[in-house]
Order: sequence, then C-alpha cells, then structure tokens
Amino acid sequence: MYAYDELDRTLLNERVSEFRDQVKRRLSGELTEDEFKILRLQNGVYLQLHAYMFRVAIPYGTLSSKQLRQLAHVARRYDRGYGHFTTRQNIQYNWIKLSELPDALADLAEVGIHAMQTSGNNTRNVTSDQWAGVAPGEVDDPRIWSELLRQYTTLHPEFSFLPRKFKIAITASAHDRAAIKIHDIGLRLYKNDEGELGFEVMVGGGLGRTPFIAKTIKQFVHRRDILSYVEAIMRVYNQYGRRDNIYKARIKILVHELGIDKFAKEVDEEWQHLRDSALVVEDSAIEEIRSRFSYPKYEKLPHMPDQLKQAAHDPLFERWRKNSVFTHKVQGYSIVTISLKPVGAPPGDATADQMDALADLAEKYSFGEIRVGHEQNLALPHVAKRDLPALWKALDKIGLATPNVNLVSDIIACPGLDYCSLANARSIPIAQELTRRFANHETANLIGRLHINISGCINACGHHHVGHIGILGVEKNGEEFYQITIGGRADEQAQMGTLIGPAVPYAEVADVVEDIVEAYLALRDSKEELFIDTVKRLGVEPFKERVYATR
Amino acid sequence: MTSPLEQKIKITGPSVVTANRTADGVVIWRTGTSGWSTDLADAAIVRTSDDARKLLAEAVGDDVGAVASYIAPVEIRDGKVLPGNLRERIRVKGLTIELLPVPA
Repeated sequence: MYAYDELDRTLLNERVSEFRDQVKRRLSGELTEDEFKILRLQNGVYLQLHAYMFRVAIPYGTLSSKQLRQLAHVARRYDRGYGHFTTRQNIQYNWIKLSELPDALADLAEVGIHAMQTSGNNTRNVTSDQWAGVAPGEVDDPRIWSELLRQYTTLHPEFSFLPRKFKIAITASAHDRAAIKIHDIGLRLYKNDEGELGFEVMVGGGLGRTPFIAKTIKQFVHRRDILSYVEAIMRVYNQYGRRDNIYKARIKILVHELGIDKFAKEVDEEWQHLRDSALVVEDSAIEEIRSRFSYPKYEKLPHMPDQLKQAAHDPLFERWRKNSVFTHKVQGYSIVTISLKPVGAPPGDATADQMDALADLAEKYSFGEIRVGHEQNLALPHVAKRDLPALWKALDKIGLATPNVNLVSDIIACPGLDYCSLANARSIPIAQELTRRFANHETANLIGRLHINISGCINACGHHHVGHIGILGVEKNGEEFYQITIGGRADEQAQMGTLIGPAVPYAEVADVVEDIVEAYLALRDSKEELFIDTVKRLGVEPFKERVYATR
Repeated sequence: MTSPLEQKIKITGPSVVTANRTADGVVIWRTGTSGWSTDLADAAIVRTSDDARKLLAEAVGDDVGAVASYIAPVEIRDGKVLPGNLRERIRVKGLTIELLPVPA
C-alpha cells in the first residue's frame, strides 16, 4: 500500500472544497452547464441516460481494506448499493446525485481516494499490473513508477488540456496483464543486457473508432530519463495533436499520420532539451516513493501445507483453485483472483455488502490489500496457501467464488445502452446470456482460456477489438446488431481481432458465439491448443463458414 | 459545445423534449405548461419541426432546472404516449438487466 503524504491530503481536501463551491454555483444558476461541464468532468462526473455517473480512480489498481469499505459506503449512502469496476482500474457509480457529490468526494478523500484523472482531456489514471509487487519474475514493482507518473501528471498545467484524453499503463513482467499495447503510452520495465533497469517505451496504442496497437518508439530508456522522455512525447503530442476533429485527436492518429520514425525523431529532438533538466529521476526519489509503499512481512511457509492437501479432495474447491489461484513470488503464498462475473450478473459489479465482506477477508487473509484488474475482477495479492480453503468458503458465502477466471464466462463488458449515453446497443444483457449458456463448469473448462469482450459502441470501452471473441454493438434502422471479431488479444502479443462477417441481430449473438466455440472444439489440434492459437493457425474462414452457413 | 438549437431539427413523427434534472440527473420531459415532469404521459407532444424547435428552445432556456435537453421520438398508441426507440424505452422503463441482489 502507498501512504499519501500531507501534500496529497491537502490537495484532495482543497479539491473537494473547490468542487463543493462549483456545484453550489451550478445549482444556483451562477454557472451554466456549458461552464460547469469541464469542471465536473475534471472530477469524474459524467451525465448518462438515467443519472449522473461518478468515476473514481484506483491508482495502479491498489486498494486497502479501509478504502474498499469507503467505496462500499459511497455505494450504499449515495448510490443504489453497488458499484461497477471498469477496464481501467476505476470504479463507477451509476445513480449519484449532483447535489450529494461533494459529500461523496469528501468521504472518499478521508481515505485518500479521489476522482482526479478519471475524465477530461488530461493524463488519466496511470494503470498497472494487478499483480504488481507479487508476480514471480517481475524486475521491479511497477507501482513505484506508476506513482512517480501519477505525482508528475496530476494537475500538471501543461497536460491538463491536451487534444484528447491520454492513458498510460506500466508493467514489469514478461507477461502483460496491464494491456500496455492498447494505451497512448505503454511502458515495459525490464533490465537490458548490462543489467540496467529501464523501459521499453511504446506509443500510439488505443481502441475506439480507429484502433492501433502501440509501436515501440524507443527500445530502452534508462529509468533516470523516463520522466523527461514521457514529457517529450506529450509535448510533441500537445503541439501537433489535432484539436479540430475529436475523432482524430488521439496521439495514435498523430503517430499513424506522421509515421513512427518521424514521430520518434520529433520526440528525440524535444528530449534533447529536457533529458538533463530537473526531470532526471534520481534513485533517491524512487527510493522515497518506494519507502511510502508498505510491503507485507511474509512468514516462512511450506509450499504445500496440510490444509491444502486435505482440501484437494474436495472437487468444488479444486475447480475454484485451478482457475482462481496463481503463483506468488514468495513460497507458501498465492495470488487469488476474485471473479466479479457470476452467472447472470453484470460483469464487474459488486454490491456494497460484498465490498465490505471482501475488505474483512483481505484484512484476515491478505494483509489488508485488494487489487483491481482491467479484466473487471478483483484480487487478493498475498494469501497464505494454508488459508486458501477457508478463504474459498468465505468467498462462496458472499457470491465471490465463481470458478470462471479466464474462462468463457469471464467476460469484459462496458455498461452499454442500459446506462451509457454514447452507446448504440446493450452489452450487459449479451454478457448475461452468454454466462448462462456457458454456466456448466465442465464445458467451460473443456473450452479453456477464452476471453469475450463486449462494447456497446465504437468507443470500445469493453475492449472488443482485443477480445479473443469481440462483440461490438451497432444500430441499424433502430435495431441492435452486433459485429463479431475473433483472434484479438491484449497481452504482450496484442493484436486486433478480425471481423468474421455481417452483423447479427441481438437475439442471435449468443447462438453465434456458441457456434464459434463449437467450431473451435472441432478444429483444435489438441486439448492444449487454446482458442486464440487455433484462430492464429487456421484464420477466420472456418469459423466464418460455421457461423454463416445456415444464416 | 454545439447547442442543440444550432443543429438541424427535422422530426418525422410525434416527438417530445427530454432532459435530465440538474440536481439529481433524473429523466424528465418538458410539459405543455413550461415545466418539467418525471412522467412521459405529461410531456408536450410536438408534430412539426417548428414546434419541436420552439419547445426545445424553451427547454434549453431552463439551464438551471435541466441539463442536456434534446428532442426524442414517441409513439401514440390507444391515446397513450410511448417512447419511440430503444434508448428512450430504457430511459422510461429503466434497466433491461438483472442486477446483483442488494438488501433494501
């Protein structure tokens, strides 16, 4: 956990007072909506179909039990008793009242939580690997570097009015769990051949109307230069990024239109003015940030405790363990992913009661720490293996032990037309129907790892382009239709999926997905060949034939 | 931001003006008595583009009471006013999904 200092606390409190005054002036008519809109957006407040939506940042996906309880409190006191975890390590409340927002923000500020960098054309919440600090093989804790960037970019005057929003993600593992290649800047922390810690810097990734996988702009930037290099990128973007056309304003368009080589040359020229400036990151600054993170005092525990051996006889426990429990860097401990994808429920939602109960379990079993991943699941990062059976039983009681992590029903979905004013079609009911179709665990397990991502419009909040199966809602003559892509992925081998054919109506989407999955089961060369690898080997044609032969 | 009044207004059937209430975001409809109602049945129905523009101008003029006013289609069936498309049906009837159970 990272402990904010006095400066951070003062900043948050001042921010709440400022927003309280702005809301008061809006409600009295002193501020028009045109004047107020940018101010509310700077505090995470959108207007959706039924109400205001309030988006709260969870920097690098790390929460304490105390903070999770406060998120539960906000859900219960100011909303309808639940919250929605998003694909960018935020939580959204869908029914918040503008008049009560300042109080909600004040309550969150008490535990160091805020809504800065969750909307508007600025640097958004810097995201990271939800296994940061506990993943085996990681070269450093990427949250240290995320925090450095968070401090640097928060309210940075030069980067508060960019051409468009700007998203940065960081990983320090070979396997990318932070989807860095679909971010404006993706940073991969690694050690070069000389053993020096630095970053591969990727730029120009993003989804939406014009999707691109990020390109490597510099293979290795020494850690001391990372701030100056990121600033150089943002300065070039700020100078040349288009402000005349919202659809062409993201950095990915600039990188695409200039070409990565010319863009890199511009950045390099800018960087020469900055690299030896006050932006040099001294190791002492990093150590100071590191010192504000608290790390658990792990016990020396056996690899295979008796409790785990005994529990292995219970098939229900075993099916949960196999899908939800992952290797920790410390012997005797595990990382536990908490599925927020129960059968028939909206992906990523959690009730206030579940949040409170999970906060208690985190205190009991995970040193009071919870993580949030971009797949809209939560994680307990430090669970002793001996405690896994007891934790599983406790999670099951509160509906948080669905054994489907990484399986076909572990679906990413945006709020879609049920909530969102931008959406053309619904996402959540499609996800709910699919979880029912694939509710049988043996079937889901037979299918194996398969990620379905659903977006209700081209803005792609549900990351449909990079789903193994991607589903995009569109509107045709007033009816909901859905385009289906296959073969996308968001990891270190990130790529966009390929459209398999004409859009299908709402009522047929689940049938089509079932057809695709059945085709995969028939086509795979072994049980070990994952869906994504079968698509890579065979292309989309056999799947297309299966889907459209009878339609 | 482009004002809704600067956009071309052309309606092809009965329409209403809808918005969200500023203080709490609740869905509201412009009534025939220069007010707002949370019930679609109370909405003023317009049938020409000129009338729609006038009603919208009046709604946009109430910047304190309402936010994001726009014209929405409706159907009149057996004398009842019904939302004219899926988006508006969802705004009138609420979510189409099952939620996690939350204690009352």
